[in-house]
Amino acid sequence: MLDIKNFTLHFHSAPPENMAVKGISMHMDKGEIVGLVGESGSGKTVTALTIAGLINRRMAAFGGEILFNGQNTLTLKSEDMRKIRGKDISIVFQEPMSSLNPVLRIGPQVEESLRIHTNKTKEERKELALKAFKDVELPNPEEVYNKYPHELSGGQLQRVMIAAAMISNPTLLIADEPTTALDVTIQAQIIELLKRLNKEYGMGILFISHNLNVVRKLCTRVAVMHKGLIVEEGPVEDIFHNPKEDYTKKLIAAIPTRSRKNVR
Amino acid sequence: MKKKPNYYLYIGGALSAVMVLMIIIGFFWTPFEPNAVSAATKFAMPSLSHPLGCDNMGRDIFSRVLEGAGTTLIISVSTIAIGTAIGTLLGAFTGFYGGLPDEILMKVCDAITAFPSILLALVLVSIMGSGKYNIIIILGILFIPSYSRVIRGEFAKHRELNYVKNARIMGAGDLRIMFVHILPNIIPVLLPAVTIGFNNAVLAEASMSFLSIGVQPPDPSLGRMLSESQTYLFSAPWYAIGTGLAIVLLILGFSLLGEGLQRRNQ
Repeated sequence: MLDIKNFTLHFHSAPPENMAVKGISMHMDKGEIVGLVGESGSGKTVTALTIAGLINRRMAAFGGEILFNGQNTLTLKSEDMRKIRGKDISIVFQEPMSSLNPVLRIGPQVEESLRIHTNKTKEERKELALKAFKDVELPNPEEVYNKYPHELSGGQLQRVMIAAAMISNPTLLIADEPTTALDVTIQAQIIELLKRLNKEYGMGILFISHNLNVVRKLCTRVAVMHKGLIVEEGPVEDIFHNPKEDYTKKLIAAIPTRSRKNVR
Repeated sequence: MKKKPNYYLYIGGALSAVMVLMIIIGFFWTPFEPNAVSAATKFAMPSLSHPLGCDNMGRDIFSRVLEGAGTTLIISVSTIAIGTAIGTLLGAFTGFYGGLPDEILMKVCDAITAFPSILLALVLVSIMGSGKYNIIIILGILFIPSYSRVIRGEFAKHRELNYVKNARIMGAGDLRIMFVHILPNIIPVLLPAVTIGFNNAVLAEASMSFLSIGVQPPDPSLGRMLSESQTYLFSAPWYAIGTGLAIVLLILGFSLLGEGLQRRNQ
């Protein structure tokens, strides 16, 4: 489904030797949950944004290929890319608080991708939105539908964001640190939710995080990114038990003590 | 924390509402025919039948103020409509896309605002001629820069925000993002700008008519009446007072309203 081949990216504003992504290759099958782990600035978010065609082509030079369902998103016309976004590829971001439009009600915002990509009537859209709210386990879907973003909590908003991202049944859901801004109990709930949605609807999830522990709970495969390169890739348990690269070892060592006991 | 009631908003809103209501009634009914000349009431003092007195040709000043304020209102509202519509469009596109067109628009706006607006209005009047409709167009053009600047700044700020990125992820196109997603966020900023702009338009129209480059006879206008009343300032002070009072109340109402709206935003 997703095939990244020797992808490079260089922002024009950065010095020539300083590439954001220095040639990564990666593969993702349909319905798979893959983790992309790395520190801030390792290029993971940039990679995700490029997959969805959200990096302005005037701002950066691209190399290699990103094939999504056989189409190269690096060379696709921006209008064609727009038709894929929201329908086949969705992204959930780190900050649910600021990701929703503060002056519009929740319901219409969740329906946004349906409004853009389909000809469904208002009633059909609302029905799907309410169903999505139930899928993400939001209490009182009818009430939430008519609320404004500031009336919900962070965890609820992240559920809303996931509902908005999955309402069109995308084949690829990119989750860019979706749990970072949330507290630990909510984190665990969101992870369980993503797992369940993956099972029920078979959407592939590219889970971006710097938290190896979370990745371990959710993903089957993981790629570790460092300074614009994928330094190690493989099944989660292999990487956890036999990290080959120094950087991966350091990442695992950085997990707080109590969970490290579980690892060993 | 208990919030202090927003008196600016209430008083301003009430005052503007009363003024606008009176003007609207004035379109359909005035106590006397505004242009009816009468020798018997020449320079009549304010009385029960003529609450603001009569002018040099015996015309009822109250009726003429209503009629004149009506003309002023129409001109100001049209001016603001033109300025806001074009300013919003220009500001939206340049603020959203940035780049060279943005630079050019801002420099043009700087150039227009650098001129004293009355001077620029004089130049445009001498090119296009005076009269009600030309005044609307001229003032409209002069009001574009202030709106496009406000709108541009807001769009430039909002285009970087997460909710815009999120709308893009949903597959929304640029136009949809600009006018469905960003514009509703900007209305709280636009509203005070509109009320303040309305004041400036009333003043600009009055000053242009005062200098007799604005509304031409027989259309009454507050500015022109004020300019006529100058001659009789000592013999019939109620002429200037009545007309001036109408301008002051209109401006005061909308200033307070604008201030109130701004305070509500904070």
